[in-house]
Amino acid sequence: MPETLTAPLKTSTGRLLRTEEMVINMGPQHPSTHGVLRLELVVEGEIVVDVIPHIGYLHRCFEKHAEHMTNYQQVIPYCDRMDYLASMNMDWGYALAVEKLLGLQVPERVEYIRVIMGELQRIASHLIALGTYGLDVGAFTPFLFCFRDREGILDLFETTCGARLLYNYIWVGGVSHDLPPGFVEKAKAFCKYFRPNIKELNDLLTYNEIFIKRTANIGVLPADVAIAYGCSGPMLRGSGVNFDLRRDDPYSIYDRFNWEVQVGKGEMGTVGDCWDRYMVRVREMEQSLNIIEQALEQIPTEGDVQSAVPKKIRPPVGDVYVRSESPRGEIGFYIISDGSTSPYRVKARSPAFVNLSVLPEISKGYMIADMIAIVGSVDIVLGEVDR
Amino acid sequence: MTPQELSEKLKTKFGKAVIEVKINGVLNPYVKVFPAKLKDVAFFLRDDADLQFDYLMCLSGIDYGKGTLGVVYHLFSMSKRHKITVKVEVPVDKPEVPSVTEVWHSANWHEREAYDLVGIVFTGHPDLRRILCPDDYPGHPLRKDFKVPEFYQGMKVPY
Amino acid sequence: MGLLDKQFNNSNVIITSLDNLLNWARLSSLWQMQFGLACCAIEMMATAASHYDFDRFGVIPRATPRQSDVMIVAGTVTLKMASRIKRLYDQMSEPRYVISMGSCSNCGGPYWEHGYHVLKGVDRVIPVDVYVPGCPPRPEALMEGLIKLQEKIRNESRVKKTA
Repeated sequence: MPETLTAPLKTSTGRLLRTEEMVINMGPQHPSTHGVLRLELVVEGEIVVDVIPHIGYLHRCFEKHAEHMTNYQQVIPYCDRMDYLASMNMDWGYALAVEKLLGLQVPERVEYIRVIMGELQRIASHLIALGTYGLDVGAFTPFLFCFRDREGILDLFETTCGARLLYNYIWVGGVSHDLPPGFVEKAKAFCKYFRPNIKELNDLLTYNEIFIKRTANIGVLPADVAIAYGCSGPMLRGSGVNFDLRRDDPYSIYDRFNWEVQVGKGEMGTVGDCWDRYMVRVREMEQSLNIIEQALEQIPTEGDVQSAVPKKIRPPVGDVYVRSESPRGEIGFYIISDGSTSPYRVKARSPAFVNLSVLPEISKGYMIADMIAIVGSVDIVLGEVDR
Repeated sequence: MTPQELSEKLKTKFGKAVIEVKINGVLNPYVKVFPAKLKDVAFFLRDDADLQFDYLMCLSGIDYGKGTLGVVYHLFSMSKRHKITVKVEVPVDKPEVPSVTEVWHSANWHEREAYDLVGIVFTGHPDLRRILCPDDYPGHPLRKDFKVPEFYQGMKVPY
Repeated sequence: MGLLDKQFNNSNVIITSLDNLLNWARLSSLWQMQFGLACCAIEMMATAASHYDFDRFGVIPRATPRQSDVMIVAGTVTLKMASRIKRLYDQMSEPRYVISMGSCSNCGGPYWEHGYHVLKGVDRVIPVDVYVPGCPPRPEALMEGLIKLQEKIRNESRVKKTA
């Protein structure tokens, strides 16, 4: 907490000024709450004393739907809609959990397709996070630039599965369609096109003096607090914790690629401030590009992507918790099977839900305007917070 | 630390508070403990030098049917890189489980969610309110016997 | 644009009916109230962004109901949110229009059966002018919906009472 903000207010003659606390409501319809988050701010003048987040305005009953589907595959479209910025990673997380229940091994080509799609999706998701973050703190142009680049990724997805946003692409045991002819070349061309644009974004926003002033030393999240609150993803890594599920709890074939986990280093201020979280996302995009390029080189040209897709999914009685790394952090699915064709209970541990719960901890003592920067840096998707 | 060693350690420390340990034949090894002893077990799991379960991955409330509710805790240790699952079960007419918010801060919202959707009361929770559904919503939706209300504040709910 | 260029030699007088003039003015600058709720909001943002450029229809996103003419309800309306939507709609000044974007706000979408907390269609709380189907609708579909709304406005009359 910056000391200048907590010092008591005095008149020029030295008399102490008493200020009254006030409650300000922010949201659920607010342009910078990234959806329908409602914050109850207790403020003393401009300074935030307490924050009470209210969520649930987009509670779409995912878990109830998962229980009521007639089979396990039918849950996947609802996973899509849970985190609509990273549908591929959501599908993948759910598919991993059911495959673990079934003890299913997916073909080599499917693994590569999943990695390519998952990492493309990570870039697309981070692009929205960064673009709208610029929008939040007052920069409009990066938003347009980011959406321009994101359309390139959406075109790739569209040629593959026909959808722009919610794909229903990664299935239990495989994927719904094979890659279309020419996909590998197009994806390579995209990587080549996109890599210089990260530098462009850096020049435009990242090292912009105003942007640094708005984000550095704001919303500092120390590493031990981040772990105690269960933060994950860029939120955790921004605090300097070198932890990434793709490397530390490996799934799929991430061990075959050469890439590095990015952590916040406190270059512009304190480790764990908003700028660090932002920068982790920018650097992760580069790493994702590295992974995609290697995967595109190594992907087997032949192979049926649906050979392992089971006709009827009937897992043995039991339960499993499987986690994977979505762009926002650890997405875990806890599935209980009672031996029937639909899950008995599905609990989704969504990263943004847990990351958001640390908000009151990191936003006390800052100005109201900084709240916007802090909420933006958490990168919430309300669909996934509320499920 | 392997789940085997861990469960031995828990058994010697807590004796009869540990109801069941299952390591083989399941995908996630788990220990089942008495709800009354849960908080002690949680503190031990977090603070013991060999265990250091400092990261609560997931907390799920479950309606097992037949009058039993349950809470499942998935734990992970950032420093030791090992996992364990802890389960408790309570009867549906007295669904009280001690809160572990003091142990892991992330449990706060998870417990509110389990209270909201399954109706498990976490004793000692600092702020046990509904989190997803509105405050005046009738019933706990993830109970197996939940019936969708016909109207909510004058709005028709079923299609 | 270009249609009226060099059509008038000396004076800039156009003779038209008041209805035409008002409707033309209204339909060419529909400021939208951004009501992004869920997945569709992302497509609404994409429509407003570089590729699809909603600005060329005179649509500018506003954050407040007082300044906006059309509310695009983009996403799932939940029971908790419904009363807020109603209140914001009431705060908009007349004439006001509503585009319901996506299956969820049309009729509940994929959540129609088991969605205990989902309102099955935003038209249960506020009147809707144009429904845009899709889950989520493509940006082109949203544009089509807006053009349909413009057609509707073009045929309105301030003088004649329509049924």
